[in-house]
Amino acid sequence: MKDKNEIDATGPRRDGDHHQEDRRLFLKQSLAMTGLTLTPFSFFNAEPDSYSVLAGNADRVDLSLTINGVKRRLSVDPRTTLLDLVREQLGLTGTKKGCDLGQCGACTVHVDGQRVLSCLSFAVMQQGRKITTIEGLSNGASLHPMQEAFIKHDGFQCGYCTPGQLMSAVSCIREGHANSEAEIREYMSGNLCRCGAYPNIVKAILAVKTSGQSV
Amino acid sequence: MKPFHYLRPTTVKDAINALASAPNARFIAGGTNLIDLMKRGLVAPEKLVDINSLPLKKIEQKAGFVRIGALALNSSVADHTIIAAKHPLLAQALKAGASGQLRNMATMGGNLLQRTRCPYFYDTAFPCNKRNPGSGCSALEGINRLHAIFGFSEKTGPPTCIAVNPSDLNVALSALDATVVVQNTQGERRIPFADFHRLPGDRPDRDTTLEAGELIVAVDIPDAPFARNVHYFKVRDRASYAFGLVSVAAALDLDNNRIKTARLALGGVAHKPWRLFEAEKMLVGQPVSETAFRQAAEVAMRDAKAFEHNAYKLKLAPNSIRQALTLAAGIS
Repeated sequence: MKDKNEIDATGPRRDGDHHQEDRRLFLKQSLAMTGLTLTPFSFFNAEPDSYSVLAGNADRVDLSLTINGVKRRLSVDPRTTLLDLVREQLGLTGTKKGCDLGQCGACTVHVDGQRVLSCLSFAVMQQGRKITTIEGLSNGASLHPMQEAFIKHDGFQCGYCTPGQLMSAVSCIREGHANSEAEIREYMSGNLCRCGAYPNIVKAILAVKTSGQSV
Repeated sequence: MKPFHYLRPTTVKDAINALASAPNARFIAGGTNLIDLMKRGLVAPEKLVDINSLPLKKIEQKAGFVRIGALALNSSVADHTIIAAKHPLLAQALKAGASGQLRNMATMGGNLLQRTRCPYFYDTAFPCNKRNPGSGCSALEGINRLHAIFGFSEKTGPPTCIAVNPSDLNVALSALDATVVVQNTQGERRIPFADFHRLPGDRPDRDTTLEAGELIVAVDIPDAPFARNVHYFKVRDRASYAFGLVSVAAALDLDNNRIKTARLALGGVAHKPWRLFEAEKMLVGQPVSETAFRQAAEVAMRDAKAFEHNAYKLKLAPNSIRQALTLAAGIS
């Protein structure tokens, strides 16, 4: 039986998902093998620093954090970004990898309630923090008001940027910067949409803001 | 990405000691530039010292200056009541930079140290004196649309580097005569902002005068009468979320429509924030007028020199200076 804190690499299986998940697992295994081949041998023998508070060697570092309300105790390679942790290690693939360079906003998540780019942060830097991904935005089967508004106002086309847009949109209102179309455009400028759904995204955010619903 | 040791010290002393013994170690705070550089293999530290647990986040009014802790987030500084009341120029510059997400991550100290966005610096297929000293500057004969018009030397041959400093914050801090407070194993060192960033000279690989192992702990901004007539004007390729082609930080202290003090700095035009001392001097004592602003812009542009693709900056920069001054004076 699995410990509830144990990392579940594949997540819940549904019929038809097998092919997709097998592909992910294969990629992961291939990458892990490559990593082993390329890792300089000296790192496995490196001396730990005596003054370090939380000395990690180059292999794995212990990490505790809360993801979507669930406490997790993990062990991560320090090179893992927060984005790769949630997608690859925790199987929360709602958060998207767009540019992986901090330029597109597709990877936006909330850390301690603040929107950040998960691709430009190492997972080990999130010790003790509370992470909310798109999977944690809705309340079970009932969608968040911003998700409802995106559907109602047709705020997406291909949908790839949508999780990031939604996380950012919620923050935009929480930060108090959704008072006009112009202000929303400025404070949503870190989230790119190649389909060009911007007018409807702005409408959706303005509608939620005007409705006075709690976000 | 190469493997690295990850440390998370909780005191400034431990953090500095962690770097003192390791030449190829780096501090990490927001990570918004460093992780990008590490992913591309441009920086490969053996040891990464996470300084986010250090007590350096405060923003406080001290006697005669405001002290901003090096780990204060760009968003916290931009929205802080002290900054809004006393240094709105700084808040404007911060809000003109990056995106909501990045401002929630990027810190004060890290913003000072961000590297240029010159595409040849990031593309390892090209020579670059900043990345690999002595290899040459690809921008000189390349697509140099984003590049410098000031501050490169041609005395001993072609310029070594024509990359520009990408920060908006730096432009405002330069205009506000800030001081960078750094800590090393010997103690504290205070660096006037004008001396913090460097011109490329014969060491284009060095952006700042920060020594190896030194940690920025705070930025001090002296009290100044620039709470009202300020403007940060930024021109970009798109309306938001882009690095500046040219930006201007303008601050005026007015007495009945006469200029008592002026501060002017340009961004996007040189290897460091480009303070316009001559133009400032010229404005003092003059009445607020289009003529005065035009003259200041002319003085500011005296030593400018363009390359094949950035000649537009020779016109964009003076126009931006006039616009920033006009908006700062409130006569638009």
